[in-house]
Amino acid sequence: MTGPRDQERPVPPVLVVLAWLWVAVPFAYGLWQLLIKLPALFGG
Amino acid sequence: MTTSQGHAAGFLTRERIIARPGWSRWLIPPAALAVHLSIGQAYAWSVFKTPLEKGLNISGVASSLPFQLGIVMLGLSAAVFGTRVDRNGPRWAMLVSSACFVTGFLIAALGVWTRQYWLVVLGYGGVGGIGLGIGYISPVSTLIKWFPDRPGMATGIAIMGFGGGALIAAPWSASMLSAFGATGNTPDPDGIALTFLIMGLAYAVFMSAGWLLIRVPADDWRPAGWDPATRKTGKLITTGGVSAANAIKTPQFWLLWVVLCFNVTAGIGILEKAAPIFSDFFAGSNPAASFAAAAAGFAALLSLANMLGRFVWSSASDVIGRKNIYRMYLGVGAVLYLVIELTTNANKVLFLICAMLILSFYGAGFATAPAYLRDLFGTYEVGAIHGRLLTAWSVAGVLGPMIVNAIADAHRDEAGPARYTTSFIIMIVLLVVGFVANELIKPVDPRWHEKDGTAPEVGAGADTGEVNR
Repeated sequence: MTGPRDQERPVPPVLVVLAWLWVAVPFAYGLWQLLIKLPALFGG
Repeated sequence: MTTSQGHAAGFLTRERIIARPGWSRWLIPPAALAVHLSIGQAYAWSVFKTPLEKGLNISGVASSLPFQLGIVMLGLSAAVFGTRVDRNGPRWAMLVSSACFVTGFLIAALGVWTRQYWLVVLGYGGVGGIGLGIGYISPVSTLIKWFPDRPGMATGIAIMGFGGGALIAAPWSASMLSAFGATGNTPDPDGIALTFLIMGLAYAVFMSAGWLLIRVPADDWRPAGWDPATRKTGKLITTGGVSAANAIKTPQFWLLWVVLCFNVTAGIGILEKAAPIFSDFFAGSNPAASFAAAAAGFAALLSLANMLGRFVWSSASDVIGRKNIYRMYLGVGAVLYLVIELTTNANKVLFLICAMLILSFYGAGFATAPAYLRDLFGTYEVGAIHGRLLTAWSVAGVLGPMIVNAIADAHRDEAGPARYTTSFIIMIVLLVVGFVANELIKPVDPRWHEKDGTAPEVGAGADTGEVNR
């Protein structure tokens, strides 16, 4: 007998997208904050 | 045990999180990143130093204690709890890590609120540090099992998150400290406490995505279109699994320990004093008013190189092999230090390129280590072995700054690049010793392999990839 856990049920793509956004949004914020500091390095 | 207690315990067990057919392995990297981007906050501790020193009237040495204790606890807890992390599974590990890390912030908030600084040290450094160690190793073996075709890339993504955590936490915590009146010459300690409190609560929510999404693959799971039988082979590759207890009895473990320790020491040598090094090399090249911003930009550039190196070079190791990539980290790293030594401040762009590459190799040394361990010892207890290897980080975390600071202090009377000549020569020697140690790494003797069929499964284990090309 096959249980519900053994049945193939693809993960909804939207869940994968949301999971990546969950980590990508704060990461993008940090990256942006870093990049705006860089021009001063070459300003001299 | 009541039924509800049984269900609660079951929720954390490895059996409970075996992925059903159709589960996407691309949910695992964001689960790992939710943890690593959080615990990577540790590298942004310096943001709190000045407000704590002025707000609680403590010394610079005292304000470093929470971070230092945190890094020591990271190495110790990864070593001590590594086997338990492998046995109990990643959900248990991520939840325990989250609980410790968040509790550390809450205790620190209480400590500042009540003006009891020892609570900040104990909370953030002690309790939070345990969360760092368990959290750091929690997704590693799971990622390797989900990505047997690209283990370097998979662990590179997660460990890049640890580098990226500070990028998020530094500006975020700085803006909160400013908003709550905890900056300037008379920072309000209650503002620092409120910042700790908000960060703890926010990380509790953010990290929950990790332990909710994490799954382990079923034993018979394979990536679509990937056939273990067609895998490339290499001299160092193992088809067996070695336990953590046996791994530390092999010369391969200790050679890799030396490789990691010296690679990290060499990177910390430049990372630890990024802004002062830039100042000593290029004072006068920028107008005085913009020089502090330029030095801060240099530190930011190194952070970016450190982070990107973790992903780029670790992913490259899947193609060119683990031993070869460490040859590059250590050999090219030594040459780059030599270039800085010889050219000093003659060319700023050349200096920046060398420094960025050195820092990218530093980060990559961390990120590639789990895949190297997988190649040498199999996936049987790779998380626990990785935990023991991280004691090299604890040692390097003390050794690197000690060498650079002691020598810079001894050469206080000298100006410019000359202050760092001796330090950089020592870094070159360390990298050469690490290079030799890497050359001495040979395949693990099969007598150390477990005999209970731990090997060639993907879900439980051992598959493989190229190692020594």
